[in-house]
Amino acid sequence: MARHSAIAATLLAGALALAGCSGAKVGDSAGAGKTGDCGTFNLAVNPWVGYEANAAVLAYVAEKNLGCKVTKKELKEEVAWQGFGTGEVDAVVENWGHDDLRKKYIDEQKTAVAAGSTGVKGQIGWYVPPWLAKEHPDITDWNNLNKYADMFKTSESGDKGQLLDGDPSFVTNDEALVKNLNLNYKVVYGGSEQALITAFRQAEKDKKPVIGYFYSPQWLLNEIKLVKVKLPEYKAGCDADAEKVACDYPDYDLDKIVSKKFADSNSPAYQLVKNFQWTNEDQNTVAKYIAEDKLSAADAAKKWVEANQDKVKAWLPK
Amino acid sequence: MAALTLERKTPRKAIIVGGIIVGWLVLWLLFRNLATLPLDASALTPLHRWVNELNDAVGASRNSNPLFLFFFNEIRLVIDEFVTFIQALIAQPGFGRPVPVIGWLGVVALVGYVSAAVAGWRPALLAMGGFVFLGLQGLWQESMDTLALTLAAVLISLLIGIPLGIWAGLSNRFNRWITPVLDFMQTMPTFVYLAPLTLFFLIGPASATIATLIYAAPPAIRITAHAIREVPHDTVEASESLGATTKQTLTKVLLPSARRTIILGVNQTIMAALSMVTIAALIDAPGLGKTVVKALQTLDVGTAFNAGLAIVVLAIVLDRVTTAAANQNQRRKPPKPVLLGGGVATLVAIWFSYTYVWAAEFPSDVEIGSSIRKGTTVITEWVQDTFPVITNGFKDFTTSVLINPLQALLSESPWWLVAAVIVALSFVIGGVRSAIVTAVCLALLVATGLWQDSMITLASTLVATVVVMVLGIVVGVWMGRSRRADRIIRPVLDAGQVMPAFVYLVPFLALFSASRFTAIIAAVVFAAPVAIKIVADGVRHVSATTVEAATAMGSSSWQTITKVQLPMARRALALAANQGLIYVLSMVVVGGLVGAGALGYDVVAGFSQSNLYGKGLAAGVAIVVLGVMLDRLTQAAAKRWDNEEVRGGKA
Repeated sequence: MARHSAIAATLLAGALALAGCSGAKVGDSAGAGKTGDCGTFNLAVNPWVGYEANAAVLAYVAEKNLGCKVTKKELKEEVAWQGFGTGEVDAVVENWGHDDLRKKYIDEQKTAVAAGSTGVKGQIGWYVPPWLAKEHPDITDWNNLNKYADMFKTSESGDKGQLLDGDPSFVTNDEALVKNLNLNYKVVYGGSEQALITAFRQAEKDKKPVIGYFYSPQWLLNEIKLVKVKLPEYKAGCDADAEKVACDYPDYDLDKIVSKKFADSNSPAYQLVKNFQWTNEDQNTVAKYIAEDKLSAADAAKKWVEANQDKVKAWLPK
Repeated sequence: MAALTLERKTPRKAIIVGGIIVGWLVLWLLFRNLATLPLDASALTPLHRWVNELNDAVGASRNSNPLFLFFFNEIRLVIDEFVTFIQALIAQPGFGRPVPVIGWLGVVALVGYVSAAVAGWRPALLAMGGFVFLGLQGLWQESMDTLALTLAAVLISLLIGIPLGIWAGLSNRFNRWITPVLDFMQTMPTFVYLAPLTLFFLIGPASATIATLIYAAPPAIRITAHAIREVPHDTVEASESLGATTKQTLTKVLLPSARRTIILGVNQTIMAALSMVTIAALIDAPGLGKTVVKALQTLDVGTAFNAGLAIVVLAIVLDRVTTAAANQNQRRKPPKPVLLGGGVATLVAIWFSYTYVWAAEFPSDVEIGSSIRKGTTVITEWVQDTFPVITNGFKDFTTSVLINPLQALLSESPWWLVAAVIVALSFVIGGVRSAIVTAVCLALLVATGLWQDSMITLASTLVATVVVMVLGIVVGVWMGRSRRADRIIRPVLDAGQVMPAFVYLVPFLALFSASRFTAIIAAVVFAAPVAIKIVADGVRHVSATTVEAATAMGSSSWQTITKVQLPMARRALALAANQGLIYVLSMVVVGGLVGAGALGYDVVAGFSQSNLYGKGLAAGVAIVVLGVMLDRLTQAAAKRWDNEEVRGGKA
């Protein structure tokens, strides 16, 4: 019995061998990757779609136009900045402020340098779903928030209104704001972007009241036009003391940070990163390709680049 | 005599415990909201700042510190080479080829052959089917990357873990010393050491492997030590009296008799390694984890589930093969000629997959991945549209009758009151030693500066553990009594254990909103399977004759369960409670992602914002301390219960 199986197995192997010989061989059509003088470009990819849109387009142009070998590294912000020093990350291409990291890596360790604006403006604030703003137009002014506090009560906020905070990656002054603006609200930490998006989606669909921390640009805003609540206007320095903040968040000029070594090399990839600049609409378009149309990062970038050759040309090294 | 004093003692202890709790309630009313040691989400203590500075200093000296240059760098190099080598074999283009050395056909054949050789035909068929399924899901390369990383982490874990385990099994002193270290490794949230790891070992396979093995090595060490200890004394003594040297006793007696249990340790190590796949993806670990993380950026539950399912398939295949290998007796091994023939066929398959494209790259025209993705999306949307009204009501009810009162009691009492109550309870349960351990733990909690957050987390942890135990007993007894129930439920439990929590967080958020309740449910999904499996195992091992005797005496099923099976499985129940608790604690961080706040959020925020790093670390330590405290308390309680039952039984 055992011997039979052995013979059968050998025969089967032989048959397979004959059948297989007709297939294409590995390496037959290996188009040897052409590399220009660009070399390897280590691009950090932070975990949100807007960032990925920037990275996708930069990687696509670096590969197609400059012949670089792009290595994308998917990392959280702090880890990515750390990589400047260890030489494993060349560029971070959408940075939200992060004054603490700037101080540490640009001023103190001198392993990173700023490489200019991406042209995208970032905004942080409190948002409500569109149906709520339509039904209660005055809700978008912070002065009226206490009037509506009861509406926002949940199991987590007790007898106060719930202000849903979220993604721990972004700076929040919300506890101080609630205290200093005398709002009858409790900050509840949702703890992730998924928690915020799910809450807003459900609120809009079922006409439920939700108020929470959010930011733009963000792909969800293509789907649901969240309305920003007006807080006391931001003036330079009004957020200097974290305990006493009573004003809105500043507008962020989202910028690019590169490693010192990468900047000094002045390689084509560095020049591309330095020249790279587009607008919120551009980023939203690519983010929509990725988030809603489910294109891969490379396909999304290709689609945008082919339609915007003039912009791309301006980024290429002279 | 002993039984007599006990009978008087037991009710008295109950009265004491009752008295302590009543006293607590009274004092709570008097001192409510005083000295609760709160700390705002963005506030720091000097300790937290000091940790931040230390972290910065280490980072800044990285390039000049000899410890980095000559120690960490060397370790990194070796591990990087090792992982890259395995990846080049099965997952990534390598050795100047556009594809891996061994393609899908070769891997499937090899997996089948090895499984057949060590575990038998049925596991081999399951393994081959499982691997083909991974390809059909459209996730061949990702799965192989995950497999490569898991294999590397598991091999290194075993290389370190088994010798340490043997040592801990032989030496009580070493065992006492290493147990708290292992506790620390298993309960310290990964988020806390993920960023520092990349500082020490750079971004790449080495950091991911080390992150995985920190979590995966402890089970191998613990179970090996346990296995060595369980070898009957007579056997060891007999061997020694025959003049065997220590080495001979070890290799000829201890290791062979402990072999089965050690393989179970290997099995647990594999499971633990696979449960780290998603988290390691946050530092660029290749594989299925990346797919999950990326899909969740756009809340694409379908894609995340497809990748999560691949992790579950890998886990079930590896679990069944190693378990079968542990239970394998010589009689079931395939005969030599078959092994030889199979070996030849495998080699041919590997050669094919080396040479021809069709055998190297999994064909993309046959696939079921997109159907799985679409199906999951449809089902999730339906669930999210249909149930939230009911589920949110249920959440509100549970929160107000269970979570809120307990949390109010723990977090709104003055810290000294809670501390006094817990120390007193420990004394009643476990005597002076327990009381001292508890007091030290509580002092450490105060020192972390996160007392109130710890109490909020403790409240949720206790609620989750009670739910886990209820499920553990109900489902565990059912599975223990019915083989068929076991066969059907077990794969579901496996899925609960290794399906990355990230996959089901989105539907849970839709059903229960961002809340402490959602965090509790997520913890229960992860922790209940362990408790259920342990209880089922315990109930099944109650001797059949005892159960038959009870039935013959006319006991109803209910009586048999409550009077015979559960009391006799009490050690399993105690172990289930203990492990359930530890598993619940290991989900605290995930809870922080869905609205639990407190320690979980502190850890998550510390990972994301460098100025909160010190606080995140302190929160991680607080979680470990809670774990150690509760672990020692449940163990002391279990020991007492066991002693009482044994003595009561004798009387």
